[in-house]
Amino acid sequence: MEVVQVIVQGVLLGGLYALFAAGLSLIFGVMRLVNIAHGDLIVVAAYFAYFTMQAFGIGPFTSLIIVVPVIAAFGYVLQRCLLNFALGDDLPPLLVTFGLSIIIQNVLLLLFTHDSRRLYAGPIEMASWKFTPDFAIGVLPLIQFGAAVLIIGGLQLLFYRTKIGRNFRATSDDPAIAQLMGIENRHIFALAMALSLAVVAIAGVFIAVRTTFNPFYGPQLLIFGFEAVIMGGLGSLWGTLAGGILLGLAQAVGGQINVGLPFTAGHVVFLLVLFLRPQGLFPKVSV
Amino acid sequence: MALLEIESLTAFYGDFQALYGVSMSVDAGQSVAIIGANGAGKSTLLKAIVGMHPAKPEMIRFNGEPIGGMRSSKIVARGITMVPEGRRLFPSLTVEENLNIGAQLGRRGPWSLTRIFDLFPMLAERRREKSTSLSGGQQQMVAIGRALMSNPRLLLCDEISLGLAPIVVRDIFRRLPVIIAEGTSVVVVEQDVMQALGASNYVYCLQEGRVLLKGESQSLNRETIKAAYFGV
Repeated sequence: MEVVQVIVQGVLLGGLYALFAAGLSLIFGVMRLVNIAHGDLIVVAAYFAYFTMQAFGIGPFTSLIIVVPVIAAFGYVLQRCLLNFALGDDLPPLLVTFGLSIIIQNVLLLLFTHDSRRLYAGPIEMASWKFTPDFAIGVLPLIQFGAAVLIIGGLQLLFYRTKIGRNFRATSDDPAIAQLMGIENRHIFALAMALSLAVVAIAGVFIAVRTTFNPFYGPQLLIFGFEAVIMGGLGSLWGTLAGGILLGLAQAVGGQINVGLPFTAGHVVFLLVLFLRPQGLFPKVSV
Repeated sequence: MALLEIESLTAFYGDFQALYGVSMSVDAGQSVAIIGANGAGKSTLLKAIVGMHPAKPEMIRFNGEPIGGMRSSKIVARGITMVPEGRRLFPSLTVEENLNIGAQLGRRGPWSLTRIFDLFPMLAERRREKSTSLSGGQQQMVAIGRALMSNPRLLLCDEISLGLAPIVVRDIFRRLPVIIAEGTSVVVVEQDVMQALGASNYVYCLQEGRVLLKGESQSLNRETIKAAYFGV
């Protein structure tokens, strides 16, 4: 039974990684931007939720009502005022977001010190459903996973069933011709970043309820996001979910073998996938 | 006043000058052909008109207003659009999505999905398929339909015969009069001189970035065109 327990824990954790990855994958897909500051932006969302909760005396999940739109708006402005000017070549976006990552970490350090913080969700953190005497599933991980599946399904619908999704795909295919069709690329890119950060904000709050964070927690989250995207296969949202789940599983199983092992196990599985199936589990059908 | 007026247009690719002061005009309802050998500057000229190549504002006037160097999205909103060389359909979109994307600015006019399917009936039955699954000729029809969906006042066609079988080219060119009859002015850039002359009432011949010859399509004889085309 213990094995089942570990597997379920891993799968549920994987939903969270899939959310980090979905945000990364979305902006890479639309504008070929590899966002090195992605993890740090997750941490920014967590800090923002922390202070929103204090200011209004609300719980972490209620705070999302404020955190999501504000972080999304921040993403729009960030793209419009900075990142749009870095696009066009491979290297500049990497350098700019790498610089942004360092700036964010140091500003957070300056404002909030190196103290670790956590978002407290109250009794729900301890709640679980007991299926048998030795098998229980935590309510919170289940909510996280459910939210991740819903968000990824929602993104899938948005991309393939709506006008804005069609414009995202068209801009990704051929930005110059999309512009010729009357789509303003600068706006589309900014919308993609806003959407990415909205997803990130939700993921940020979930992870900060689960574990403590500090100003330098971002790069680790970025790695998890990258690993999930690459294992899942670039450009496929459901693949990203699969990649996240695989990473979560590897970490859970690794942690079971040895307490110090979860991250190493995750990296090893990632390298194995990269070695055996470099295109990822569910690569987008090439066109 | 002409619909489109181009005045001393110059264009550069780095140190290389592609256009040396080209002037031309297109009237409402007119069909103009631009012919010339490879590298004459025809495509650069069209790209400058739709804002895909830099130009000074006053070099290109549409409806009397300077539009040179504007962003493409602004120019298409004013009523100029282009069928780009090589079609450049969106591969991850279906045929219908490719067509609808042309209509997103919501300009009013005669063209709708139904009208496009009337013009190119074979597209209707393949509307749900990926655009990449179509034949070259059908893809070209989608590209033309996509451009028409914005209900342009001026439609630019860049080498629509390129890479297509002659019978398909004739088939596509046969639809141009229908488009012009709806009040859309058309500019075709072509290497296929006979098709270009047949489809136009005025022609410009470009050579090495300059207008070498212009005149009514029917009035020019083949010898003068040949001389201007090859520069002999």
